[in-house]
Amino acid sequence: MSLLKRLLALLAVSVCACSGNPWNSPYPATDAGKNILYSAFAERPKHLDPVQSYSSNEIQFTAQIYEPPLQYHYLKRPYELIPLAAAELPEARYFDREGKRLPATADAAQIAYTIYEISIKPGIRYQPHPAFARNEQGELLYHRLGAKELATIYKLSDFPHTGSRELTAEDYVFQIKRLAHPRLHSPILGLMSDYIVGLKEYSILLQTATVGQFQENGEAYLDLNNYPLEGAEVVDSHTYRVKIKGKYPQFMYWLAMPFFAPIPWEAERFYSQKGLAQKNINLDWYPVGTGPYMLTENNPNRLMTLERNPNFHGEAYPAEGMPGDAKAGFLDDAGKPLPFIDKVIFSRERESIPRWNKFLQGYYDASNIGSDSFDQAVQLTGQGEATVTEAMQEQGIRLETAVAASTNYMGFNMLDPVVGGTGKHGRESARKLRQAISIAVDYEEYVSIFANGRGVPAQGPIPPGIFGHREGREGLNHVVYDWVNGRPQRKPIEAARALLAEAGYPGGTDAKTGAPLVLYFDVTARGAEDKSSLDWMRKQFQKLNIQLVVRSTDYNRFQDKIRKGNAQIFEWGWNADYPDPENFLFLLHGLQLKVGNEGENAANYFNAEYNRLFDQMKNMENGPERQHIIDKMINILRHDAPWLWGYHPKDYGLYHAWYDNVKPNRLSNNNTKYFRIDAALREQKRREWNEPVMWPVVLGMILLAMILIPAIVVYRRKERGVGIKSDSGKIDNAGAYGTSE
Amino acid sequence: MLNYIIRRILYAIPILIGVNLITFTLFFVVNTPDDMARMQLGIKRVTPDAIAKWKQERGYDKPLMFNGSEKGIAKFTRTIFFEKSAAMFAFHFGQADDGRDIGREIKTRMMPSLAIALPVFVLGLGVYIVAALIMVFFRATYVDFVGVVLCVALMSISSLFYIIGGQFLISKLWHLVPISGYGEGLNATKFLVLPVIVGVISAAGSNTRWYRTIFLEEMGKDYVRTARAKGLPESIVLFRHVLNNAMIPILTGAVVVIPLLFLGSLLAESFFGIPGLGSYTIDAINSQDFAVVRAMVFLGSLLYIFGLILTDISYTLVDPRIRLQ
Repeated sequence: MSLLKRLLALLAVSVCACSGNPWNSPYPATDAGKNILYSAFAERPKHLDPVQSYSSNEIQFTAQIYEPPLQYHYLKRPYELIPLAAAELPEARYFDREGKRLPATADAAQIAYTIYEISIKPGIRYQPHPAFARNEQGELLYHRLGAKELATIYKLSDFPHTGSRELTAEDYVFQIKRLAHPRLHSPILGLMSDYIVGLKEYSILLQTATVGQFQENGEAYLDLNNYPLEGAEVVDSHTYRVKIKGKYPQFMYWLAMPFFAPIPWEAERFYSQKGLAQKNINLDWYPVGTGPYMLTENNPNRLMTLERNPNFHGEAYPAEGMPGDAKAGFLDDAGKPLPFIDKVIFSRERESIPRWNKFLQGYYDASNIGSDSFDQAVQLTGQGEATVTEAMQEQGIRLETAVAASTNYMGFNMLDPVVGGTGKHGRESARKLRQAISIAVDYEEYVSIFANGRGVPAQGPIPPGIFGHREGREGLNHVVYDWVNGRPQRKPIEAARALLAEAGYPGGTDAKTGAPLVLYFDVTARGAEDKSSLDWMRKQFQKLNIQLVVRSTDYNRFQDKIRKGNAQIFEWGWNADYPDPENFLFLLHGLQLKVGNEGENAANYFNAEYNRLFDQMKNMENGPERQHIIDKMINILRHDAPWLWGYHPKDYGLYHAWYDNVKPNRLSNNNTKYFRIDAALREQKRREWNEPVMWPVVLGMILLAMILIPAIVVYRRKERGVGIKSDSGKIDNAGAYGTSE
Repeated sequence: MLNYIIRRILYAIPILIGVNLITFTLFFVVNTPDDMARMQLGIKRVTPDAIAKWKQERGYDKPLMFNGSEKGIAKFTRTIFFEKSAAMFAFHFGQADDGRDIGREIKTRMMPSLAIALPVFVLGLGVYIVAALIMVFFRATYVDFVGVVLCVALMSISSLFYIIGGQFLISKLWHLVPISGYGEGLNATKFLVLPVIVGVISAAGSNTRWYRTIFLEEMGKDYVRTARAKGLPESIVLFRHVLNNAMIPILTGAVVVIPLLFLGSLLAESFFGIPGLGSYTIDAINSQDFAVVRAMVFLGSLLYIFGLILTDISYTLVDPRIRLQ
């Protein structure tokens, strides 16, 4: 009886859980119609501590939680910095060696250091967090946790009390100091040590202090407040100052990244308690911010939840945008308080097929487009413009596209004797060989076949939308293209063959030895699905009678080859950190050589004139003079062809009809606060699209019955009809068989 | 029997050391500690200094298996192999490369894995045995023939097809259960229906055929003829006599996998979004997290050995003639 009761209870619960909710809904019925954004993530984020998080899958969380001083304007293009926590955009103040203030127009060579004084808005408060909780005496409640208290704590929400406090300038300085913390491994420590005054020495000081402190008393917490840093100091409770060596205008862009978001010392102290660290309760797991959202559930195996921060200081939707934004509806919410969405649920979805199907069922609000679902989702118009297919249109799904601020290229290792050359004559010969290959490898075709048209063949390293990029004829790479009928046209293959002959390889054979030219393409190990693209690449080289040998290896060995300069031709890419040409052109600077300097110049390209122009350009303000220098640099690069410029990928995103205010912004990551959801429409559509289909179940049961009934009949007949055939051919009824064992 | 079990447990120790050694060697043939550091620290702007610090903090700055700079036994103990392996035998799995406690992760993820694997195992065993007995009952008839053809067809299809096909039909077209996901407590039920159905069907072909072969072999034995001669109905002969006598081969295949149910399924958990140990292992392999890979392989070996001991013990329960000595 009790089992029956339990079964009935289970049935009742199941029915209740399904009531009012489509049967295939992965979400609880209680969430139906709520102002929740549903998203998915494939890889769990490694770091949520802003001092370490750098990957896009991490920043999609940290950017909603933390507030650095600056942000990008959501609607304006080209990208424009505006204040976030800062009261206004900081002004760069230049000083010479004697500490004398220099004008803004001063020559970069004269500038000894730059000071950015940043004032933050008053009244900004942190999200509720146990690190701030205090008792009646004003003492911090959870900063000296004993074994007894820790015994019942498994996650942050197990702490019964929370607190908050106002954001201060000290928190920003504290975070800059954390960049040098020996245990935190900030990826930008090396770079920032070159710019923030004293950071390099500070890193060594903290290293020594940590070891000393640990040896002395076993204490793991290193109180950074006891160690001042010359390059970052508090002016008053709402103002701090950063001192930069020389002139580095790109520093403003770094101020829009989570690396420079505030961290309260209380959080650092709280999380450093040994018992908490052992239970995975740390800043990498539970962020503490002032932004519009806070992470309330972090179960990266299944789901992560952002909820509206009750202490958020408030911000308004932008009232200005680009021409056409008003017509597109992007200004409909102008001036309204942000954020619009109450909660964001990110579900772990490792595989693309379930993710895509759940998007089509309305259980995810947006989706990117995998190559296997591209034809189902997108079609090209007669003008070559991408649009959604009719099936998508019927569901009200729309497509948003944007050229990413990134570049995918094929690099030549300039240290290689064949493609890089040795000696003056050898280098010239190799240059012509590289130019010939640049013409032969048809990236228009590559983008069309392998990226479903989602890319723009590149004319140089700088992608569209970044200062320095030139459109149209002005931006044409004359080494590879001709301008024909108002558009770039790849030079004929004969031009490439002529260059190849000049390089000393007429018809693809070495003029000196008569041996065929064999080149090596180093790639990471790929599956069968990439075989076609590698075959295609071989064919491109075959146009010049060059034999391309693909050297496939695992990712670790591939990286090792690149680091040691053992690769010959390789594929690589770069995503912009910030919208400045310096962030792309530095990839070919001599100081960034991969071999020897462990830099980002994977091609190991070195050109003294290019380096000189780069050093001149990097600190300049955007303007005609800077553009002129960039043009010169790009021309040098096109002439030397250390890369096949490849293509700039285009991002395609699909959005349901209930998802509003989506304007692709590749550099700003704190966009969730601008998004708006029509939850009622979503609910209606979900029900419409997901009505359970019962006939297959009924049919299945009928089929089962049709199989079972004859089987039972045969069984019964067999059981009853067992007998021994007599000689006369009659069957003796054996029904009198005994039935006992 | 106690002596036997103690002896088997002692045998397990060298096996576990061997497995650990092989895992360690294979892992570090493919990955170096530098690779692991780069994987954790990211691709952009990683300095050699940061890599060195990462390795030092996690004890990967030592030689792999032999430390020539030390003296005596320390030549072997002050190595990555010894330091990372010794604690594991005390079930201290340590921390993953991202700093999270492996033991706690295993505890948390064990239940979701079990929530799929156990129903698949129990239901599957029942369905396969009954189906095999039915085929045997109708042997040499069209039912048997169709059954064998169906089994071969089911065996020939990739398990990935069952998963994608199941998701397409049951979830996408018929909207009966969610495509993927997981819930806590009773909420998990609706997420488990599809993986369990797919799990049972995908293994039906091979298992049913296997059991059918076992039963057919038994059918030719004297005791079956005797039972029939006594006049027992065929159903009694099959379900009571044949099934009982076929228990040894059934247990050989079934009991050994019981402990392994905790480890989950790599493919199904990934596609159905189940946060179990199978997906944990896949994640660890992808992120080159040696600590987790080593812990999971160790746990797998241990549970397999435990399963073998259980199998031996189960023989004594179903066949009184067997004695463990």
